[in-house]
Amino acid sequence: MTSLPSHPPAKRLGLAIDLDTCVGCHACATNCKEWNTGAISAPLTDVNAYQAEQRGVWFNRVYTYEVGGEGPDARTVHFPKNCLHCETPACVTVCPTGASYKRSEDGIVLVDHDKCIGCKLCSWACSYGNREYDEHVGVMKKCTLCVDKIYNKNLPEEDRVPACVAACPAKARHFGDFNDPNSTVSKLTRERGGYDLAPETGYQPTSKYLPPRVGKRGPAAPAPAPAPALAGAGRFLKWVDRVLTR
Amino acid sequence: MARDPAIDTSPVVNDEVKYTTCYMCACRCGIKVHLKDGLVRYIEGNRNHPVNKGVICGKGSSGIMQHYSPARLRKPLKRVGPRGENAFVEIEWEEALSLATGWLKTIRETDPKKLAFFTGRDQSQSLTGWWATQFGTPNFAAHGGFCSVNMAAAGLYTIGGSFWEFGEPDWERSKYLMLFGVAEDHDSNPIKTGLGKMKGRGAKVVSVNPIRTGYSAVADEWLGIRPGTDGLFVMALIHELLHADKVDLDYLVRYTNAPWLVVQNPGGADHGLFARDASGAPLAWDVKKGEPVDARLPEIAPAVVGEFTLPDGRKAVPSFQILADRYMAGDYAPDAVADRCGIPADTIRRIARELAEVAFEQEITLDVEWTDWAGRKHDKITGRPVAMHAMRGISAHSNGFHTCRAIHVLQVLLGSVEVPGGFRFKPPFPKPIPPGIKPAGKTYAPNTPLGGAPLGFPTGPEDLVLEADGTPIRIDKAYSWEAPLSSHGLMHMVITNAHNADPYPVDVLFMYMANMSWNSTMNTKGVMEMLTAKDEKTGEYKIPKIIYSDAYQSEMVAYADLILPDTTYLERWDCISLLDRPICEADGPADAIRQPVVEPDRDVRSFQSVMLDLGARLGLPGMTNADGTPKYPGGYADYIVNHERTPGIGPLAGWRGENGDQHGRGAVNKNQLQAYIDHQAFWHHSLAPNQKFYKFANKDYLDFAVQMGFVGHADQIVIQLYSETMQKFKLAAQGHGDVQPPDHLRARVEASFDPLPVWYVPFEESMVDTETYPVHALTQRPMIMYHSWGSQNAWLRQILGRNKLYVSTSKARELGVVDDDWVKVTSHNGEIKVQVKTMEGLNHDTVWTWNAIGKRSGAWNLDADVPEAKKGFLLNHLISELLPRDAQGKRITNSDPITGQAAWFDLRVRIEKCAPGAEVTEPQFPTIPRLVGLEPAPTVNDYGASFHAKARDERSPA
Amino acid sequence: MHPAYSVIFFTTASGAGYGLLILAAIFAVSGLMPAATWLGFVTTGLALGLIAGGLLSSTFHLGHPERAWRALTQWRSSWLSREGVLAVLTFVPAGLFAIGWVFLGTTTGLLGWMAALAAVLALATVISASMIYASLITIRQWNNGIVPVAYVVLGLMSGALLLEAVTRLFGVHARHFDVVALALLAAGWVVKLAYWHSVDNGRSKTTLASATGLGRFGSVRLLEQPHTEENFLMQEMGYVVARKHAQRLRAIAQLTLFVVPLAATIAALFVASGLAMVLALVAVASLAVGLLTERWLVFAAAKHHCNGYYGR
Ligand SMILES: Nc1nc2c(c(=O)[nH]1)N[C@H]1C(S)=C(S)[C@@H](COP(=O)(O)OP(=O)(O)OC[C@H]3O[C@@H](n4cnc5c(=O)[nH]c(N)nc54)[C@H](O)[C@@H]3O)O[C@H]1N2
Ligand SMILES: Nc1nc2c(c(=O)[nH]1)N[C@H]1C(S)=C(S)[C@@H](COP(=O)(O)OP(=O)(O)OC[C@H]3O[C@@H](n4cnc5c(=O)[nH]c(N)nc54)[C@H](O)[C@@H]3O)O[C@H]1N2
Ligand code: SF4
Ligand code: SF4
Ligand code: SF4
Ligand code: SF4
Ligand code: SF4
Ligand SMILES: [Mo]
Repeated sequence: MTSLPSHPPAKRLGLAIDLDTCVGCHACATNCKEWNTGAISAPLTDVNAYQAEQRGVWFNRVYTYEVGGEGPDARTVHFPKNCLHCETPACVTVCPTGASYKRSEDGIVLVDHDKCIGCKLCSWACSYGNREYDEHVGVMKKCTLCVDKIYNKNLPEEDRVPACVAACPAKARHFGDFNDPNSTVSKLTRERGGYDLAPETGYQPTSKYLPPRVGKRGPAAPAPAPAPALAGAGRFLKWVDRVLTR
Repeated sequence: MARDPAIDTSPVVNDEVKYTTCYMCACRCGIKVHLKDGLVRYIEGNRNHPVNKGVICGKGSSGIMQHYSPARLRKPLKRVGPRGENAFVEIEWEEALSLATGWLKTIRETDPKKLAFFTGRDQSQSLTGWWATQFGTPNFAAHGGFCSVNMAAAGLYTIGGSFWEFGEPDWERSKYLMLFGVAEDHDSNPIKTGLGKMKGRGAKVVSVNPIRTGYSAVADEWLGIRPGTDGLFVMALIHELLHADKVDLDYLVRYTNAPWLVVQNPGGADHGLFARDASGAPLAWDVKKGEPVDARLPEIAPAVVGEFTLPDGRKAVPSFQILADRYMAGDYAPDAVADRCGIPADTIRRIARELAEVAFEQEITLDVEWTDWAGRKHDKITGRPVAMHAMRGISAHSNGFHTCRAIHVLQVLLGSVEVPGGFRFKPPFPKPIPPGIKPAGKTYAPNTPLGGAPLGFPTGPEDLVLEADGTPIRIDKAYSWEAPLSSHGLMHMVITNAHNADPYPVDVLFMYMANMSWNSTMNTKGVMEMLTAKDEKTGEYKIPKIIYSDAYQSEMVAYADLILPDTTYLERWDCISLLDRPICEADGPADAIRQPVVEPDRDVRSFQSVMLDLGARLGLPGMTNADGTPKYPGGYADYIVNHERTPGIGPLAGWRGENGDQHGRGAVNKNQLQAYIDHQAFWHHSLAPNQKFYKFANKDYLDFAVQMGFVGHADQIVIQLYSETMQKFKLAAQGHGDVQPPDHLRARVEASFDPLPVWYVPFEESMVDTETYPVHALTQRPMIMYHSWGSQNAWLRQILGRNKLYVSTSKARELGVVDDDWVKVTSHNGEIKVQVKTMEGLNHDTVWTWNAIGKRSGAWNLDADVPEAKKGFLLNHLISELLPRDAQGKRITNSDPITGQAAWFDLRVRIEKCAPGAEVTEPQFPTIPRLVGLEPAPTVNDYGASFHAKARDERSPA
Repeated sequence: MHPAYSVIFFTTASGAGYGLLILAAIFAVSGLMPAATWLGFVTTGLALGLIAGGLLSSTFHLGHPERAWRALTQWRSSWLSREGVLAVLTFVPAGLFAIGWVFLGTTTGLLGWMAALAAVLALATVISASMIYASLITIRQWNNGIVPVAYVVLGLMSGALLLEAVTRLFGVHARHFDVVALALLAAGWVVKLAYWHSVDNGRSKTTLASATGLGRFGSVRLLEQPHTEENFLMQEMGYVVARKHAQRLRAIAQLTLFVVPLAATIAALFVASGLAMVLALVAVASLAVGLLTERWLVFAAAKHHCNGYYGR
């Protein structure tokens, strides 16, 4: 149903992505692809897989930015991006068929591939470029927050987390319920100043980004401690009388 | 309100789960493979595995696409057209194996060294090295020689282990980490996890690297050093610490040779060697007793400075004094090195101060009782929480051995090796310094195994592998005066030397898992020509026969005469053995297996099984029973279980003994593989808390190591800050001893063999005109590609399908180039045409690109016009395996002079903007035709659709 | 945005069709157009044909045209759905209006009410269609109050020019058609100029700095895009016509949309009816070129702000 849930969902599931530790390894992207190409959105088709102009459906893509110019505070930031499962996303409301919907129980934004007519309007409405058209299948696909993994009773309890979160070697991705103030994602968001992407769109992303920490460059060194300008053996005087035991 | 559509949130994921070991790279993580309908459904990290603890990287997650690659070889192949043109016929295995046996038998019966057996990215070197020994050829090595052997050797000759997979920062406790030249490394996942932990804890990470990407991007401080100058930077840090008296003298006297007395007899044959007593024991000066004593005894009070007279009248000083003398000199003051390194002197001073602050003011203690080598009990373990890690940014320079040793010296002076929060060894390391195996091959004979393993650790010129007249015995000239401590061989020289018949021609070049006609070689175009060069007189190829084992249609396949197609990593038995490059972690040893999780659908065989088969056909002693029958008829799996290197020690350490209840040492257990399978394909032993630190001097650890066969005896392993081995080679160059370098190498050996770390200008930089070639050119490993393998992967090649030359924005302004401009890049070896991308986080004088993204048109079963071939490029065309001609007109290997490590990153280039023209990278080579038997690759990849369709069918009746 | 030809044809053709329908209904109901059979047939046929053809063409860009009916279900939230529903609804009174005119020869009474209803629904349809674009806050060039006005005015303007041609063809031309056409041409030109002025001077609220949240550190610059080759998003959203090229196309659009039709329509006032008919056809032909150019530009000059992530 294209209209947003009439009541705020009981749970607000999403991710907190730590830009301070993300090394840009793309594990989240490929593990996402691997899980989802066999899951409810399957397949995540690739076109020109072994030819020129190779492209395909990915629910998660990793960008790299240089910020702060050439100065001493400049830095390089890896920036993974997948659906933010917004609270009030136009990608859902613009959908003419009802294929796009936001789940009322946990806020996950999904596409019903059996209803989708492939008009692509939702991809125009997404502010974040997080919808993926499968040109081979003719329907819109997107990050499902691994809805068929996080609730999957056929998997051990501890594996019921999104594929990208489980894979991330740097542990830069955290999954949880933002409605629960004690969840890791809520805590991290509070402690680290988690923020919304493009808040001005009013889509109110559920998932948050944790900003890079300000680097620990020390202040310029003061003049070196006045070391006695001793040459030759004199330099070692401080060690001559040291009695050390082996 | 309408209800949400009903979706199946609990679909059945698999029919079966199998555990095995990833081989999308050499990190070798534990993986859990979900199988469905006979296909691979999902690969995830094994959370119990000691290496990756559940995580998995970008490559490992793309295993499905690697396994089902359309470039997989399908059947043995025999060349029919000219070499290099990819014209083959498919043959049966029997024909392939008899062909190979025929070629090899003749060699073995006449001159075994005419077989050059080099095995690239081999993870079964304990098998292949042993095979070479049994065959009797000294000409064996894997890829280590061009990879990071100087780093491995620097560690093994200094601290008894090394950065290179043999040790790791104490990720749990370290408060300050310095990374030197690390982009990705073999410890791919552990480093990422470790960085995540350190950053989460608020520890400081400093990355010394000309390029700010990847790990350097998340570092708290990035030092964009000029390539090849780390040695100077590190020595300046040492300078500062010594002047400030911020060195851990207690640690030095207890665990290192700092107090060992060094003979001072300039010009003498003993100058710079350790003073020893009659029994050979090194001496120290006991300040309480006022006399020399066995330096290795406990409870002595050794002097660290002062000049002493030995009973025989010779003068000697503690090695620490020589060290302090050198690095306290003004040459190493921050102000003296800052400009050459491109790091401000104030920054160097600050980093030194931070190191000292963390090491000495923030020391950590663990309340763990432990016993030292002398049996003394200590009630706590003190840690200096400064850790360091280095990789190819150091090793791929011709001064890398010394730079790496300098870093080790810095770590040791801070007392931060093998302590909580510092750098920790992974068992079976530390080993005696250096490990007590000498390279075999000085004698070799037809039909006779070598006296030992071809690779080992010389401790003096007498251990070099030379003919009586001084010519190198090995085809790669390893263990010759060009590369005396080349403990991993020089794979990058094999083709050039064989082509030049220098020192001699070979009959068969046998290679495995090495793309030597493309990205794994220096001077790619030249090497392609050498592989196809013919002897003008005979019309024969200069390298008469090439056997190659690959699993995919790589660029190298076209250059072989006989192809032995391998399985993929999901189709075979393998062992990740303690006898090899192990996967242990600091808290305990581990090993693992690979088990077939899917059956091959092609006529391919595991290379290791093929080697055992060939060995049996050749009648090699270790592989044949007395009656001539094969010893391991069950192939590699049979060998893994039943082979014993020494009694009780075999490829796998876990579940040994007839009942499978022994670990490390024990009789063969017929059910060992099943035990591994039952334990998720790995074995891991956790050290007790009192065994985990100071392993080189920890009685409980050393006893354990003896029992496991890691070391021969439980004596303390004394860190060799001052290297007597190095001094021995220097003395030889100075004219002492029987074995001396040839004149054209004498000065080089004298200068580069120094008992303490030195810094010199990288060779290429010192030999080319730096005004003509003003820029350093580097490569980096992308985290999502393993060398050349990734481009056949439908997913990974979308992430990185072409590469550009990164130029700093400041340099780009100078050159007048902007993004996407085409430039000509020229070195003394060649010229390439490439596209530019500007970036800010880059040393001004450095350009770089991603390694091994450029592909030869037609290789890997990709279309001829893919961006990898038309927009991608290799820097390797510019890198030469030989240095420019020296004063005597000789060209010698472009390698570290000590270990023969290839100096990939010494490259100097010039960059010029191209006139408008074709938007294609150069050079281009003729398209390789598709290999016989391979299907054209599909255009649409909808892998997974079948799972979905099935799930839907199962659901629909409901 | 990628200028998909099916969508360009859809919006221009159906816009013209609805414009024609609205004007014809007004003129017919108010008795300013005779209730002649063939005139009715051609006028309503042309209008409904353009509308139907446009709608049909719009399904060509769908991944699943056979499911197009589903697009009628979400009128509560989706402008696209509303547009679909209204388009379908419009056919009912419009069809009755056409039948009355063609077969019953009447356009008044109940059928007049039908015509009025058709005109209202047609107007609502055009507005809904425009709102599909205008409601997208992700595309600054579309998320602009002038967009619906432009859609309506250009639709009516197209309708007026078509009506000029049709009435001249049937010899039922009268001054009021000229007045309306010239007024709409002028209005169209003004609206379009106002639109261009507005988008040229606007700035996207969403920048790469806000979209990444990294603006706090200073400038933000793309170093690596996630994939080295173009992906769906870059192909769909990343199409941006070069500025110089856009200026040229704007000139062509103005020439063909406004200058030529204005000149032709004015010239037609002073020439013999045969030549006037030709001129009216010239105006329509020029209009067609102009509409396609203008609509192509509407897409090609629109920049989805997610392009920022790709450094575009
Ligand atoms: N994903 C992936 N992982 C791999 C591999 C792969 O191909 N892909 N290959 C494996 C292999 S074989 C190896 S050997 C390892 C290598 O692992 P790394 O050593 O991490 O390999 P490189 O990418 O060559 O990184 C060298 C780094 O050193 C920097 N550098 C170059 N010159 C200097 C210098 O003079 N000083 C300093 N401080 N830095 C410098 C470069 O900028 C670069 O960041 O990785 C292994 N792991
Ligand atoms: N410019 C530049 N060049 C470099 C480097 C650099 O930093 N810069 N790094 C150098 C270093 S450190 C290294 S280690 C080398 C790496 O070079 P290589 O070790 O040669 O790596 P690859 O190019 O991947 O070649 C390995 C070959 O093994 C094949 N292969 C993959 N899986 C299997 C399998 O299961 N069985 C068999 N039989 N074959 C398989 C692949 O198809 C490929 O042809 O590159 C070196 N080249
Ligand atoms: S593409 Fe599919 S999901 Fe998206 S708006 Fe159209 S019908 Fe809805
Ligand atoms: S990120 Fe985009 S696709 Fe996801 S909910 Fe928000 S608007 Fe929709
Ligand atoms: S939550 Fe699942 S679907 Fe979404 S990006 Fe992560 S792995 Fe992909
Ligand atoms: S897996 Fe983790 S570290 Fe790697 S790119 Fe994704 S978020 Fe970053
Ligand atoms: S790091 Fe290497 S071994 Fe580990 S998962 Fe990745 S590719 Fe596999
Ligand atoms: Mo390597």
